[in-house]
Amino acid sequence: MIPARFSTGPGQVAQLAEHAAENRGVGSSILPLATQHMNGADAVPDEESSPPLIPPPVQLVAPDGTSAGDFDVGLDPEGLRELLRLMIRARRLDRECCSLQCEGELTVYPPFEGQEAAQVGSAFALGADDFVFPSFRELAVAIARGVDAVEYLRYHRGNWHGGPYDPIANRFAPICVPVATQIVHAVGWALGAKLDGKDACSIAYFGEGSASEGDFHEGANLAAVFRAPVILFCQNNGWAISVPLDEQTAAPIFRRADGYGFPGVRVDGNDVLAVYAVTKTAVERARAGDGPTLIEAVTYRIGPHTTSDDATRYRSEEEVARWRERDPIERYRRYLLGAGLADEAFVADCGSDAEEWVGEVRAGISSLGAPPASEVFDFVFAEPPATFARERDRFLDDLGHGDA
Amino acid sequence: MTWDTAMPEFTMVAALNAALREALANDPRTLIFGEDVGELGGLFRVTEGLQREFGRERVFNTPIAESGIAGMCVGLALAGWRPIAEMQLDGFSYPALDQIISHVAKYRERTRGRAPMPIVIRIPSFGGIRGKEHHGESPETYLAHTAGLKVVVPSSPLDAYRLLSLSIADPDPVIFLEPKVRYSVKEQGELTVEGPAIGTARVLREGSACAVISYGAMVERCLEAAERLAGEGMECRVVDLRSLVPLDVETITDSVLATGRAVVVHEAPRTLGMSAEIAARIMEEAFDHLEAPVMRVTGFDTPYPPASLEQYYLPSVDRICGAVRTTVTWVR
Repeated sequence: MIPARFSTGPGQVAQLAEHAAENRGVGSSILPLATQHMNGADAVPDEESSPPLIPPPVQLVAPDGTSAGDFDVGLDPEGLRELLRLMIRARRLDRECCSLQCEGELTVYPPFEGQEAAQVGSAFALGADDFVFPSFRELAVAIARGVDAVEYLRYHRGNWHGGPYDPIANRFAPICVPVATQIVHAVGWALGAKLDGKDACSIAYFGEGSASEGDFHEGANLAAVFRAPVILFCQNNGWAISVPLDEQTAAPIFRRADGYGFPGVRVDGNDVLAVYAVTKTAVERARAGDGPTLIEAVTYRIGPHTTSDDATRYRSEEEVARWRERDPIERYRRYLLGAGLADEAFVADCGSDAEEWVGEVRAGISSLGAPPASEVFDFVFAEPPATFARERDRFLDDLGHGDA
Repeated sequence: MTWDTAMPEFTMVAALNAALREALANDPRTLIFGEDVGELGGLFRVTEGLQREFGRERVFNTPIAESGIAGMCVGLALAGWRPIAEMQLDGFSYPALDQIISHVAKYRERTRGRAPMPIVIRIPSFGGIRGKEHHGESPETYLAHTAGLKVVVPSSPLDAYRLLSLSIADPDPVIFLEPKVRYSVKEQGELTVEGPAIGTARVLREGSACAVISYGAMVERCLEAAERLAGEGMECRVVDLRSLVPLDVETITDSVLATGRAVVVHEAPRTLGMSAEIAARIMEEAFDHLEAPVMRVTGFDTPYPPASLEQYYLPSVDRICGAVRTTVTWVR
């Protein structure tokens, strides 16, 4: 039994929402919803064992696509439709990447199916100058940010490390596999932006397993102490490879923010509008100089950890089926249709748009040759040591052609 | 050494402090941060007065979070800053190794050169100060083994100034290992960056009997040993490497060509210490010129011992002299 004094979650949501209300008003419409405890159990992965008084995630659209009340997240109808188009593109490409991996066109690939709303909704709330620090499963974030998908997938093609060719121009840091290490990079960037007096924030994406790492805790504390304009965006997808949430943590992740001194919010990660609204509020807090926010987006990884993983070894078909019923794209499609914001023709257009676009991406990937052999050495140093240069030259000479 | 009362003199702490002050003054993108670097000026006072002079936005304390400190360097560099971070002590820098190895060293390569990492991480290092455990570590092998880093180790105040100034100006990440036991040693002369670059070793004493190659605090002991051996008719050529990456293989090789013999000295444990790399390089470059095996005088393959035992662990002048005598009198 958790004592009542620990039930700070709704208060923090309210605080976040109130703050937004003071500034631009996005959160004001979330506030009543967030505190009504609506439909919360639907999005808690392990509802049977969840301790009481954990607040339900912020939710604007129920899993059946009905809205819980009147709200305005501040997007016009075109923006609202764009969210669906991006999620459909993302899912279509994600599935294509799994196929491309099977065909040997990509190396091991981490699918994100089920997490489209968490990724697209949060990325859509960012401004042009804001900087994304992804982990390795954020292709949908990259798509929503306009990162060139072929460039991004060169990483999974095994052509280069990192991700987009120019992280600074793309405001998208290299794909980061060492778990949680990107969080402190995001904090450093945010501190740098603050020292520059820039009106920009950073966002670090990570999973609930990453939140067990020291870099999560160091990053959260540093962000709080420096009041850095950074959003710590946790996609709690229930599984860290084969380790379930209740073997990862004994307390809700969003609540950790309380210990560092900034707001933590739990949001239904399969509700794209709720994710957008909560992230937008956190972005506005950051821009206003109020420091970091921790967002825990409760979602689910429908696929395996990577194409090398066999998820049937550690979780049941029934569990996956339950989460398929909460599909973020289907939910949002129903919502748009029900609210009269889109029609079936638009949805069909999204499908054909995704099909055509993914065809272009596939062609782009398949046409990529291997990089020149010199790239083993090319980018390690700006001013290479003599021993390094000599080793490189010998290697290139051995290849028999000096420019490889 | 002669002492000229008209010449300025500097401790290594003062020389390093001057290099940091000038970097802050000359480049508004430089930042200094770490544990206790603010009002206190760091445990060893290397950053003394800098926060007062340049303000709390340019020079600031951090929480005790070494991984976070190193990781923030990456983010700040991405945002266009030139971070100069201080790790409080060698033994406390290990939590930062994940960030240093996985990101500080690799970020340039991981971004195909689009995100340069002009980062300096200073680590007060090595033993000889009668310190508690974890205060006498020699972390250089972990770092020199990591592609993408430069590893610099000064041995004297004036060169510490030059090397730190050059490290801050370097476009690549530099791990700057400061020998704590040399912090308060004084040297006379002018502070200048003119002189040998990073990657160029200094020959501090000429001789044809044997090359004695070292870095950091052990350089002084090698010079003492050379002085004693000169009295026995053995003139040693003493080489201060100054940086381990880049490693000045040319000067090492030249020294073997000039003497036919080499003794490598460091306080790090023997196994896979820098002396192993140096001996291998000598084999590759100057095997036919060797009159004797390359000898190593190093710390032992033990944890750094408690204060009252550290004199046994650290290479002593006696041990260095013994190795040189063995080398010089080697019979095939």
